[in-house]
Amino acid sequence: MKFSERWLREYVDPQLSTEELVEQLTMAGLEVDGFEPVASEFSKVVVGEILNVDTHPNAEKLVVCTVSSGEEELQVVCGAPNARAGIKIPFALVGAKLGDDKIKKAKLRGVQSFGMLCSERELGISENHEGLMELPADAPVGENVRDYLQLDDSIIDLDLTPNRSDCLGLTGLARETGLINELDVSYPEITPVEPTIDDTFPVELGNPATCPRFVGRVVRNIDLHAPTPLWMQEKLRRCDIRSIDPIVDVTNYVMLELNQPMHAYDLQRLTDKIVVRQSAAGELITLLDGQEITLHDDTLLITDGSGPIGMGGVMGGLTTSVTAETKDIFLESAWFAPTAIAGRARSYGMNTDAAHRFERGIDWQGQVAAMERATELLVAIAGGEAGPVVDTIEEEFLPKVEQVTLRAHRIERLLGVAIHDSTVDGMLSRLGFPFEKTTVETGGEKETNWLVRAPSHRFDIAIEADLIEEISRVYGYNTLPVRTPVAPLAMPKLLESDLSLSRIREQLVDRGYQESISYSFVDPNVEALLDPQNVPISLANPLSPDMSVMRTTLWSGLLKSLIYNINRQQDRVRLFEVGLRFTAPSNVSDLSLDNINQEKMIAGVACGTRHSENWANDPQPIDFYDIKGDLEGLLALTSAQFEFNAASHPALQLGQSAEITRDGELVGYVGLLDPRVQKSLDIRAQIYLFELKIDLLTTKIVPESALLSRFPEVRRDIAIIVDRAITAASLRKCVDSAEIDTLTNLKLFDVYQGKGIDPNRKSLALGLTFQHASRTLTDEEINDSIEKIVASLEADFGASLRN
Amino acid sequence: MSELADIITSAEQAIETATDIAALDSVRVQYLGKKGELTGLLKGLGKLPAEERPAAGAEINKAKAVVEDAIQARKDALESAALDEKLSAEALDVTLPGRDADVGGLHPVTIVLERMEHFFRSVGYDVVEGPEIEDDYHNFEALNLPAHHPARAMHDTFYFNPNLLLRTHTSPVQVRTMESRKPPIRIICPGRCYRVDPPDPSHLPMFHQVEGLVIDHDVSFADLKGTVVQFLRVFFENEDLDVRFRPSYFPFTEPSAEVDVQCVHCLGKGCRVCGHTGWIEVMGSGMVHPKVLEYSGIDSEEYTGFAFGMGPDRLAMLRYGVDDLRHYLDNDLRFLEQFR
Repeated sequence: MKFSERWLREYVDPQLSTEELVEQLTMAGLEVDGFEPVASEFSKVVVGEILNVDTHPNAEKLVVCTVSSGEEELQVVCGAPNARAGIKIPFALVGAKLGDDKIKKAKLRGVQSFGMLCSERELGISENHEGLMELPADAPVGENVRDYLQLDDSIIDLDLTPNRSDCLGLTGLARETGLINELDVSYPEITPVEPTIDDTFPVELGNPATCPRFVGRVVRNIDLHAPTPLWMQEKLRRCDIRSIDPIVDVTNYVMLELNQPMHAYDLQRLTDKIVVRQSAAGELITLLDGQEITLHDDTLLITDGSGPIGMGGVMGGLTTSVTAETKDIFLESAWFAPTAIAGRARSYGMNTDAAHRFERGIDWQGQVAAMERATELLVAIAGGEAGPVVDTIEEEFLPKVEQVTLRAHRIERLLGVAIHDSTVDGMLSRLGFPFEKTTVETGGEKETNWLVRAPSHRFDIAIEADLIEEISRVYGYNTLPVRTPVAPLAMPKLLESDLSLSRIREQLVDRGYQESISYSFVDPNVEALLDPQNVPISLANPLSPDMSVMRTTLWSGLLKSLIYNINRQQDRVRLFEVGLRFTAPSNVSDLSLDNINQEKMIAGVACGTRHSENWANDPQPIDFYDIKGDLEGLLALTSAQFEFNAASHPALQLGQSAEITRDGELVGYVGLLDPRVQKSLDIRAQIYLFELKIDLLTTKIVPESALLSRFPEVRRDIAIIVDRAITAASLRKCVDSAEIDTLTNLKLFDVYQGKGIDPNRKSLALGLTFQHASRTLTDEEINDSIEKIVASLEADFGASLRN
Repeated sequence: MSELADIITSAEQAIETATDIAALDSVRVQYLGKKGELTGLLKGLGKLPAEERPAAGAEINKAKAVVEDAIQARKDALESAALDEKLSAEALDVTLPGRDADVGGLHPVTIVLERMEHFFRSVGYDVVEGPEIEDDYHNFEALNLPAHHPARAMHDTFYFNPNLLLRTHTSPVQVRTMESRKPPIRIICPGRCYRVDPPDPSHLPMFHQVEGLVIDHDVSFADLKGTVVQFLRVFFENEDLDVRFRPSYFPFTEPSAEVDVQCVHCLGKGCRVCGHTGWIEVMGSGMVHPKVLEYSGIDSEEYTGFAFGMGPDRLAMLRYGVDDLRHYLDNDLRFLEQFR
């Protein structure tokens, strides 16, 4: 909300600079977003009158004006299209300063010019530079323009929180400014306009719970063509409202001054009577701005014999609006319940000054005063005869003045400081909150209670805490004490079996991965490529189509980041991310928290060479076993057994992808991005990916130390030949099945396929380590064990020993 | 016995001029070998009268020892020189980079989050997380933000359906904690939040929050101030950092306060970072609204609490001088690699 500082100071004028005032408002909870002077610095600019305009002898686009400065008549060369005799304009005299520019005598294309005629932009009033700024016909020639337009003023932009609707009007702001500075406020004096005619228009409150009060008044014979006075135009302009005609200007003015939105109907176009009621779904209304709206069933309507003529508290309708021909009007000054207005304008994609105020709550006792104020101003500007003020009211539906009890001990408990009773008295009085004081005894302790009644302009005082906030605001947030909280030094339960997420992260970082963070909403096309089996959850109101579904795998974001980096000449990339993935059963019709799975994952992508380019290494591309090694390093943190088994995954190349399980439970996948998917994503490099469920990684096994044997260990190496399809894991299982107690280690240290071996078979070299807990093993025992192992390999896989 | 002295002198000269082990060995043979000069003298002892033999023998043995020592010394020197030569041939360029030094790094927001968690854990807070897809009740209603509340306009919300949304703050985690735990409660809730804001240098549709909640018998605004001021001072590692509290409004706290920190860039003098005000808004806070306590079944007469919420993205900007929030989600390695 923008307002004129000068207007505020008409009511209360603390001895503060603009900067100090702005700081004070901010610190009182009325945050100022910014402020700017209404005009730039200038001097020696007076109201001038163009007396005569001649063509310029040497230039088509210039004219030579004779201008009165009040003291003398001067010749000024001017290029403005609207320069014409009879208009009054800002006239910068020779010697005037406009910002850094000084106006001097000049010759323009051979003609002498004594001064400059100014546009609004030249005075820093607006961006308008289409022509000269035209001043009202009654502007006194020769008067300093700064004084005449009252330009020593600032526009202050206030960012009010929703609870402080009372400050959406200048008088409310003045009340708050007076409170902070302990100054009396001189509110505008409202002189009621005595009715000169008897005309009224009937109003019926069809739904008094939503509209319990409707103050109306007929005003006839208004001259809509009378000009709005400059002072009012200027005040409106500085509050960001454009001057239209006297009726609109006056209703806007009263809204800004007293915080009461008003509306004027063309009396001749009203029929029957006004009924305020709730809308029925599907009803139609055409609003003032021409838009036709199909109503929901929750909207407050102003209707007459013709149907809806206004969306209550939001905007009037077109059919009964004031037009250039309007002479007689019916003015509305109503109170609408905030709950009846809240969100309605937004639900139709609108936001109006009226709705903004009504949904936050305005003073429910201010309607008559606003009506009198509007009539007073309107009649003074545009003439007319006013009828009596008719206050249609259903008292029982108006807000009740709540009595809120404020207990002394609660102030101390909530703020951490005891505030003296008399100080609280003073604060409540300054706030304008009427109260009674009592002494209450609880548990043998006497304390003061204040029974406080919130004034009708405050909608945010309903409970004790609200009053304590007011007390603390007046006391000063920064004067309140600061304390270090005290709590018992209880030891937390920290499980040794908990593996922290930060340790998991560090492990990947140490292996060269860079952590990334990417959007949880992703491109549905990429999702479909990577995880076609899961139907992602769609946002109803996404920012863009490529951010419209929730990721079912972290790969979508990681691949996007990877591509981003590849496109920036990074050919070796290692990224990982930790975050939720979101899945729901595809057949679910009613999405709810119960059927959505939000699962924390850790995922990574890698491409490029094994090591960054280095004099010492050949630039080898990474392969499956590099990524598997990274994961094995990570999984080893848990000391638990994980199994890798060949698996098929729609995004991964068959034969170069594995699923990882822990105790039979699926932990995740690792593998090479399928070349078809890679091509669809327009990536040239080979990409390896992994994604694991964090929940299955964060429990580790607490160590149990085994006895170390003091007896020598013996290592024997054997080479066997098996079919190529036999996996290392099955081989290991087979060796285990031979149940050799003394076999303490099995290493697979070489895999060979090629020359000298049947092309369908491969040679594997096994390193077998034997050790007995309590004695030295004999050669015979070891040979026996090896024979058993070989026999078992022969039986299971048709393995043969290689010489 | 000048003959003996001559032999020693000539032997010493020969040892001195021997430039390798082989030459030295031939010197040894020449003087100490079976047919060597000193051996020869020993052999000739028999020609001397018996009473002179012991003294002469001792002299010769002394000379032999001198020559042996000289040979050994020369041998040590030659070996050491040979080793030095061999070692110097093995010299490396130690300024060449080592192998496999590739190390990654954490995302700057994670670094800030972990620091924050560390501070709060160290004084007894628990870290609690919750779902990012939330229902209307936990994100709004239980926080005293009923449907159509004007403050909802401050939360431009992503919806899935009228009841299901992406949380706009981590406050629903506080609600869930209050529902499931009895006071005293001391938690922080870090996590991702979402609002319908197109990305620009100071807005992202996805951002992070760390909210804190403390509920106990006698928790006051003074405790809130103490906690917030201390946190900001330890976070920015500046014991004198000015912090100020401004009245504000959040439906879930009463009284409510915005917290400004003295600009860490210009230390309050006014600069581009703080919009020339000397202050930077860093968090919202307040005393938990009694209705919020009641909603979650906590007696607001018995317990009071404070809550605060801040943005680690923004704190990371201030801490590391990041000028554009969008860097966080581009994941440009050149940006990320600055953080370890």
